[in-house]
Amino acid sequence: MAITIRPVTRPQRTFLTEIYLVEVWRGLMLTFRHLFVNLFRHTMTLFRIKGFLPGAVTIQYPEDAAMLGKRARTRHRLLKRDDGAPRCTACLLCETICPAKCIRITAENAPDVTVEKRAKTFDIDLGMCVFCGYCVEACPVDAIHMDANEVELSTFNRKDMIWDMAELLGDKPKLPSAATKAVDPLYGA
Amino acid sequence: MNKIVKYKLNGKDVEAPEGRLVIEAAKDQGIEIPHYCYHPALGNPGNCRMCIVEVAGAPKPQVSCRTGVREGLEVKTDSDAVKRAQASALELHLVNHPLDCPVCDQSGECGLQDYYMKIGQYSSSVREDKEHKGKRIEAGPHVMLDQERCVLCTRCTRFVDNVTKTHELGIFGMGHNERVEVTPGMTLDNAYSGNVVDICPVGALTDRDFRYKVRVWYLDKTDSICPGCSRGCNISVHANTQRPWHNDGKRVARLKPRVNMDINGHWICDDGRYGFSSLDSDRLGKVLRLSPERAELSWFDAAHEVAAKLKDSSIAVVASGMLSNEDWAAYKALFVDALKVQGHYFTAEPDQLGEEDALLRRKEKVPNLKGAEALGLKSGSFDELKKNLEAGKVKTLYVIERDLTKIWGDKAAGLLAKADMTILQGPNKYALGDSFTYRLPATAYVEEEGHFTNFEGKVQAYKKALAPIGHARPDWDIFALLKKAVIQPAAKVAA
Repeated sequence: MAITIRPVTRPQRTFLTEIYLVEVWRGLMLTFRHLFVNLFRHTMTLFRIKGFLPGAVTIQYPEDAAMLGKRARTRHRLLKRDDGAPRCTACLLCETICPAKCIRITAENAPDVTVEKRAKTFDIDLGMCVFCGYCVEACPVDAIHMDANEVELSTFNRKDMIWDMAELLGDKPKLPSAATKAVDPLYGA
Repeated sequence: MNKIVKYKLNGKDVEAPEGRLVIEAAKDQGIEIPHYCYHPALGNPGNCRMCIVEVAGAPKPQVSCRTGVREGLEVKTDSDAVKRAQASALELHLVNHPLDCPVCDQSGECGLQDYYMKIGQYSSSVREDKEHKGKRIEAGPHVMLDQERCVLCTRCTRFVDNVTKTHELGIFGMGHNERVEVTPGMTLDNAYSGNVVDICPVGALTDRDFRYKVRVWYLDKTDSICPGCSRGCNISVHANTQRPWHNDGKRVARLKPRVNMDINGHWICDDGRYGFSSLDSDRLGKVLRLSPERAELSWFDAAHEVAAKLKDSSIAVVASGMLSNEDWAAYKALFVDALKVQGHYFTAEPDQLGEEDALLRRKEKVPNLKGAEALGLKSGSFDELKKNLEAGKVKTLYVIERDLTKIWGDKAAGLLAKADMTILQGPNKYALGDSFTYRLPATAYVEEEGHFTNFEGKVQAYKKALAPIGHARPDWDIFALLKKAVIQPAAKVAA
């Protein structure tokens, strides 16, 4: 596809825009129009008078559940093959593309020779994830999706932000754990 | 030397020795012609047809690995016809290739991937099903064979036929069934088997030791010298430090040979290639006094404590050919010039002796005994040291990068106990590491810079690939520190 160029003209500066007063007035007109229109529509709804559009809605989150768009990127989910094995072949493309470096995978031989390779561990640190969705795009075997429709993922410690393979596959519920002290295996005795 | 002739390369007048292969002559001019089967050390069967070039006057494109340069030759390596011919050859190579790059260890350094991006970029016209062959065949202790990925360049079979002359691999079958296979009744188990992984341009032969440990694009590469024997083969240290959860948490992922026609050619032996486990296990990181009571010391305190005891004591030093030229110079300054030590012991004993052969491997499995020799250091025999220790003549034993149990066996612990003070300096703890009075952590060769002198007297530099572990310092630094402490005791420094 050839690259096309479309010139965009900037709005012209005039005396009226430079003194701001007119622009401020126009902005406030818009704000108050929405206020009174919505006030009117909500009043009509209150008195059960039909024939008008519904008023703008504020969701009472977190008392009411948040509404997510159909294509919203939410918590990751690992998918399985028909035989129940994880789809992931541990190619590490998602780990490589991840700009936040929040994915940690280690690989091992798969029992099936034609599959070759599978993930031994697959951890995602949701505390570091930026929800960009590159992992989903990079995956050559459609093993990772971001459609678990969970966005309430906060925990009381950082370690619990890390989801392991069983939790991402949905085999194990995510439960808070006691944070363990990291030990550096390389530091000499 | 053949006479120099003039020929035209892509319309430019250049010179080359007569008869030099066009593929090599073009490389001299900075033009890489794609190739799989050609290898400078293994000949040019001309079966991959990737190095096709246009030669003026020839009715068809020619393979540049079998065309010699002659006066007035006109070669084109970048014309449309050449690119089309090379792309067609590549497409033919990929007819039965499984395209399993995501699970293939070669991806990232694969000839098929590189040339597809460089000259391929075609849309495949193959509609037939792929021919399936053997996968995950354990060809030998170090090499994994995948017949589907093979492009039948025969580099590996030529290596085992011409270099090691062991003939463990061969081409079997015909047509679409043609495949590389281990010769029936044999395993690919020779001292140089790891090299077939390096020369394989695709993922057919992969390293079992490296398998699935870490992706190649995560590796940092540093030029180094193999410390496995006195040959001094040129190697590249491939380390994984950016993503420490890979490679089982170890830093060094693999060692690869570097080409140096004066030393090792294109190859290294398997002992050197896989002998890097001590770099990431059993390492020392703390400056310790182990007896009378265990305490962690600063380098300053340790140097002055040790130096005070080294003075006016009968010292024997067990050193090792693992020390670099710089280390040996500092060693000489400390033990010979400052302390006037008589007993130096650094010959290769059973712990540092191994197999040798005519190709690369040398008997003494340490890199730098020649460096000590060049400085005029003379080693006593270990039998003499053993006698002196038993007679109680040695009050202080200073051991540098040496496992005494591998020299004296079970008697080592008893002999070590005969000395009043014992010091272990080195990167590893070894078997008797807890029986010494002091333990000084030193860097391994990948964590320092230096030079090794090989058995022919050739001096080669190695570079620093990794940060030192804990408080470890290079050996020369420790010697210099001790020498300073010997000359200027702590009491005077404080005052």
